[in-house]
Amino acid sequence: MNDHDDIERAEPIENPGVPAHLPRPTDVDPKQERRAELQVSGMFGVAGLLALAFCVFYFTIDRDQTFLGWSALNVALGATLGSALLLIGVGAIQWAKKLMGDHEIIEMRHPVASSTEDRAETLKALNAGIDESGFARRPLIRNSLLGAVGLLGLPAVVLLRDLGPLPHSLYETVWKKGMRVVSDVSGTPIKPSDLEVGQLVNAEPGIIFETDADGERVLHGTEALQAKAKAAVIVVRMRPEDITPAKDRENWGIEGILCYSKICTHVGCPISLWEQQTHHVLCPCHQSTFDLADAGKVIFGPANRPLPQLQLGLDGEGYLIAMGDFQDVVGPSFPELKRGPKS
Amino acid sequence: MRNLSTRRRHPLAGLMVLLVGLLVAGGLFSAFAPQSATAVDEDSRKVEAGRQLFLIGCASCHGKNASGVLTKSGNNYGPSLIGVGAAAVDFQVGTGRMPLTNNAPQAPRKEPVYTDEEISQLAAYVASLGPGPSIPGAEALDYKNASEEDVKRGGEFFRTNCTACHNSVGAGGALPSGRYAPKLTGASAKHIYEAMVTGPQQMPVFSNAVITPEDKLAVIAYIKAIEDEPSYGGYGGGGLGPVVDGLFAWIVGIGGLVGVAVWIGANGARVKKQ
Repeated sequence: MNDHDDIERAEPIENPGVPAHLPRPTDVDPKQERRAELQVSGMFGVAGLLALAFCVFYFTIDRDQTFLGWSALNVALGATLGSALLLIGVGAIQWAKKLMGDHEIIEMRHPVASSTEDRAETLKALNAGIDESGFARRPLIRNSLLGAVGLLGLPAVVLLRDLGPLPHSLYETVWKKGMRVVSDVSGTPIKPSDLEVGQLVNAEPGIIFETDADGERVLHGTEALQAKAKAAVIVVRMRPEDITPAKDRENWGIEGILCYSKICTHVGCPISLWEQQTHHVLCPCHQSTFDLADAGKVIFGPANRPLPQLQLGLDGEGYLIAMGDFQDVVGPSFPELKRGPKS
Repeated sequence: MRNLSTRRRHPLAGLMVLLVGLLVAGGLFSAFAPQSATAVDEDSRKVEAGRQLFLIGCASCHGKNASGVLTKSGNNYGPSLIGVGAAAVDFQVGTGRMPLTNNAPQAPRKEPVYTDEEISQLAAYVASLGPGPSIPGAEALDYKNASEEDVKRGGEFFRTNCTACHNSVGAGGALPSGRYAPKLTGASAKHIYEAMVTGPQQMPVFSNAVITPEDKLAVIAYIKAIEDEPSYGGYGGGGLGPVVDGLFAWIVGIGGLVGVAVWIGANGARVKKQ
């Protein structure tokens, strides 16, 4: 006992204690009580009817029927099931608030920790276990066990590594010298005379649509998707006098037709949002903007490399072909990638 | 016939033959020759009527000869219309984008100012200036008879070529500097076709050599099909999917739950009466 305890005991305001218990209207008025009872049972009853209505609607409403432009079936099923659940919930709360017992209860707090005897008993059992297994006395067994458990991590690493290809193929695409540039979806080859000034073509390398002797696609499944994801291009035509080609790339286009990668160099979204009058292509993901009349230069946004350009040529029949693979890495940048042409 | 042949020597017979000959010749002339004359006349009158309309409503920006007007700095005040074709006029004037009412980043869709007849006269005048895409005929726009395969194929073309700007269900989208790709709902098949061929404003051209007229029809059929599609998720929100639904769930759903929680915690009515 010291002075501090005395000071703490002298409370500035008298402890008012628990406020007096006041009854609810439903506790004292039998009419109100009856009313609340009807409310709650009414809500539960309607919920039951709605559940039945759900089943009826499920079988009677046609899938193609519409209601105010929405699917009638979806509206009916959602409204009945949702309202049924809501009414059960609201009814339960109303029941608890109006009719269930309403007296205050005080529950005293108890220490959470186990008793001293229990704790001592547990420690004793644990030490006995360590002693009898000889975990500390037999280091050979202990260390081999630890080694085995550690090595069990390796299968996991091997499996995880196989989930995807190692990123060595990021440096090349399926484009090759002489491969035709074909229109996406239809796979038709493109002649320069097919394109007007201001035209945009979403194009693919010819190999995507190539078929073998049996009429099967040369590339299919995941392989085709991966090839497409890296090799997709956009072909645009501008007035030749509007174009400022990069150094040593003056002959990469044909009569104002230029070909660029369709994959944004920021995080790899496909971009074909091309404004024909400003010659800008905009990435919808993070607003990186590239000027296609100015060698694909980044003029806005988070991308930090120009859009890779594909050198175009013409084959014997006058169709657009690639003059080789991209000289720059296509797709999103990654830490190992130095800015500029790949070596 | 015998009656006619017995009177062949009648004094008035020669006169009658002459009369009949003159009537036949005159009839034939009035039946054939003037008709072709009116057709030529009709066309040139239409072009002339279009030119008159052009001089009043368009020449102040596009120039008296429709060859465009340059600003002092060499930019386009109004671009040249030589070679843009009738399709461009029908699209720009038919959707109310032209005549431009004010200097905005982009000409918006509005009620057309000219009547259909005036638009066809303007189109005829501009088409007479140089070769360009013409207004598509009814058979190129017959999307109502498109098969389900056409709609599916049109969807592939749409998602490859159009979705970047116009959204996967044609709800439109934003472009830099206050410009935008308009929504495609409510646009007529003819105007969609003309937009693809002519590339209005910032939209690129999709020429018939690359996207064939059949492919264009399939694209139109897809746009019309998704327009009729009922909205399965309640509010469509431009087909943006879980983003819109999530926003609704956060604001309305969680907001509602907060309200319910307040109600549960609220102390109900109490009475003094014992």
